Amino acid sequence: MPRSSHASLWNALSAKSDLSDRFVIGAKSRVALGQMMAGSAIDGRGEDLRGRSVLVMTRDQFTAALVLLELDGIARRLILYPPDLPLEYLPFVIKSASVDAIVSDRTDFGPNISGVRYIMPCGHTIMSQSCDRSAQYRTEWILLTSGTLGLPKVVVHTLSSLTAAIERPGAPAGKVVWSTFYDIRRYGGLQIFLRAILTGTSLVLSDAKESIADFLARAGSDGVSHISGTPSHWRRALMSPSVHRIAPENIRLSGEIADQGILNQLRSVYPQSKIVHAFASTEAGVAFEVSDGLAGFPASAIEHTPNVEMKVADGTLRIRSAGTASGYRGDEAPMLKAADGFVDTGDMVEPRGDRYYFVGRRDGLINVGGRKVHPEEVEAVINRHPEVHMSLVRAKKNPVVGAIVVADVVLRTASQADGRDARAVQSDILLFCRQTLSSHKVPAAINFVPALAVAESGKMMRGHA
Amino acid sequence: MTVRSEIVAQFAQVAREHDKALAPLTDDLELLDSGLDSLCFAVVVARLEDLLEVDPFSASEDVLFPVTFGEFVGLYEHAEK
Repeated sequence: MPRSSHASLWNALSAKSDLSDRFVIGAKSRVALGQMMAGSAIDGRGEDLRGRSVLVMTRDQFTAALVLLELDGIARRLILYPPDLPLEYLPFVIKSASVDAIVSDRTDFGPNISGVRYIMPCGHTIMSQSCDRSAQYRTEWILLTSGTLGLPKVVVHTLSSLTAAIERPGAPAGKVVWSTFYDIRRYGGLQIFLRAILTGTSLVLSDAKESIADFLARAGSDGVSHISGTPSHWRRALMSPSVHRIAPENIRLSGEIADQGILNQLRSVYPQSKIVHAFASTEAGVAFEVSDGLAGFPASAIEHTPNVEMKVADGTLRIRSAGTASGYRGDEAPMLKAADGFVDTGDMVEPRGDRYYFVGRRDGLINVGGRKVHPEEVEAVINRHPEVHMSLVRAKKNPVVGAIVVADVVLRTASQADGRDARAVQSDILLFCRQTLSSHKVPAAINFVPALAVAESGKMMRGHA
Repeated sequence: MTVRSEIVAQFAQVAREHDKALAPLTDDLELLDSGLDSLCFAVVVARLEDLLEVDPFSASEDVLFPVTFGEFVGLYEHAEK
């Protein structure tokens, strides 16, 4: 597999011979790849951002796509603000990534943007004006993922680490049209955006305001041939009669454990498609792909995945490759890699026969439809309730989003765990959670228990999810 | 309470908790048009498992999530404890 040999996304695209009928397609507008190369979504003011640490914070991902292509190679650092990250984390992100410019179509930043020298507007129309590309930066790419107590983790990549797993065929890509249920400002979606740009194919982007039926209809009419999403994205698509509006050659699942159920269901709805589930994370990069239609992965993948070294140590999967992130930024940031360069994914695997299966997270992290929930963050909220002695937040398997959050709670007075008082406390706790936490972090159920197991270390025992 | 009325009650409850406007729950209503999102359905299914003591989705790996409200109710009415 060739590694990234291009200085920037713009260079990768300019090396393509025919881009005339290739587009990035949003819900309301589309732009030709060729036009993106020759134009600007920031009014031709790229020069002002040269060498800067630029936060890209747009309402929709279509505009983000235009800005990223334009500023890779120009900015010293690009930071992608995820669509659902609350504005209250903006000061933290600015500080952690030393942001000195913001490119945005928003104006609602509030008071906390000190240290930022430029606020530059952007839009989804392209002006034909371009930047001098004779000298370019090897731009650092920063992705934000959820951290233990709500603050995001600031993960550092480069274009070459982000694109390490992308194969670039020598021949033209033919009729390939990519799409994804993901947002491109998250690792899983960004992989698809980069894949489309590096291979010079069209890309159909979803829109947060659009129904799943409308998105599938649009993807179908634009001839989508390759499409990716989490198992939960696919479960939601399968609930729509419009699922038959697309006829993809290639279906890709990532971001959550693909169970046998979702693989079987996709196989029966799309009997002609190649169905692949991939293991990847923002920190560890893309590790491997499984295409035999079975859950888990063959033991042989550990030894025989090209360009990626894997091992299982203390029950969790460890990965070392050119695709792993270089580290975390920020004060008191933890180490991302061990001294030997391996990233501990925290995903526990168990061998059964000649395959490995994912059996949960060492740290109890809960994956709700691809969105990560750290149990400690939810426990901290529950424990603030005056009636609560202690709590344990854990995953419960779910047929819609893979797993949901439930809480086991020990009350201060055990006798209150029955009857009306208990129900009042229960709804009180839930109300408390709803006021402070994003909806996917709010427990679906609160169970009152007499006690919780505490290990010798003094830490609560987190069972296998 | 019948299975159906329990399901209707849970749809209403979860819609309230998640601040969603719930469409009238007729049998031919497509679930994706009900006003609830994936997370809401996830919570409904988890609550129904506790209340009705059945999880129709665990019976087989190949149970497809229903498309309409009527199919959803049917799945629970015919589920074995």
